[in-house]
Amino acid sequence: MLNSAIIVFRECLEAALIIGIIAAATRGLAGRGRWITGSVLAGLAGSLVVAAGADWIAGLAEGYGQELFNAGVVLLAAGMLAWHCVWMSRHGRELAQSARSVGQAVASGAAAFSALGAVIALAVLREGAETVLFLYGLLAGGEQSPLEVAAGGIAGLAAGALAGYILYAGAVRLPMKAFFAVTNGLIALLAAQMASQGARFLSQADLLPSLADPLWDLSALLPDASVIGRTLNAVVGYRAMPSGIEVLFYALMLAAVLLAMEAVRRMAPPAVPAR
Amino acid sequence: MKLPVTALLCVLASLAATPAFANNPEVALSIREHRFEPAEVKVPAGQKVKLVVTNHDNTPEEFESHEMNREKLIPAGKTVTIFIGPLKPGRYPFFGEFNEKTARGVVIAE
Repeated sequence: MLNSAIIVFRECLEAALIIGIIAAATRGLAGRGRWITGSVLAGLAGSLVVAAGADWIAGLAEGYGQELFNAGVVLLAAGMLAWHCVWMSRHGRELAQSARSVGQAVASGAAAFSALGAVIALAVLREGAETVLFLYGLLAGGEQSPLEVAAGGIAGLAAGALAGYILYAGAVRLPMKAFFAVTNGLIALLAAQMASQGARFLSQADLLPSLADPLWDLSALLPDASVIGRTLNAVVGYRAMPSGIEVLFYALMLAAVLLAMEAVRRMAPPAVPAR
Repeated sequence: MKLPVTALLCVLASLAATPAFANNPEVALSIREHRFEPAEVKVPAGQKVKLVVTNHDNTPEEFESHEMNREKLIPAGKTVTIFIGPLKPGRYPFFGEFNEKTARGVVIAE
């Protein structure tokens, strides 16, 4: 049971941390709880469909359906996260300045937040599908009773949710000014991380070169499999031995997001109400 | 905004134009009873290698390697292809994430 709890925890951790960051970034918005829950449920439903269709997906595109599917999911999420960052660079200050104007900002930013809802759904879909297949394998293997499998799954899920909650609780304790900078920074890093994951899947399918594999090796210092390594991986995309293409995509995405944010800020300074 | 997008497109275009290697060395791996056979495979360093992995078990497995930056699901009874490298000479462990205790192996690039 402990084994299955650990694996379910690992699969859930990434999605839980992403939900934690997004929940923090949208703090105080009306109806937030409803659409986060809705996105998680949509992701779960999608993960069942993907798990059921895993054989079919694997066989697509001359055996690279899985890579193309995963790359599509993470690159779509990367684009939506990037868009949200750019949107926030225009409206973040308004949000920070007056918690009362938040209701209004939601009306104009509903589209931006629905993009974040889609990111949650995509994260849950991908990690959820792997979890479903793993648990199915345990049941089909017959070495564990259904009760043990369920108990392990629930324990792992609870631990993952707790990790996401800790990140959320830490972020919302930040002072208002730092809060928007930190949450928006985390979302920019998530976008970069998703872009680099997309590059990894495409390189695995031989559609992109790896450039250098690995580009550097920090596995002696901070291995991927360690608790800190895993957490940093989920939050900022840390990898001990990244390939060149992953690092390139990460850097390009981060640079593109930061430059776009700066450009938007200059182009249209947000209306700051005089006080 | 325009400049980074253009730069990104240029890089992507040049990457897409990189020819895929026609003759990648091929290495076959099997999964039986949650173990990799063989558990140790030698591949040439500095070349892209095609790993062809067949899962003979009736449960899915996930091939994973932090060292090679690879992760791929192998449905029960299916065969999948995973491109690895070009690797620098060295040892690159991999494992089956769903059965980590038994499903372990290593790629040796030399």
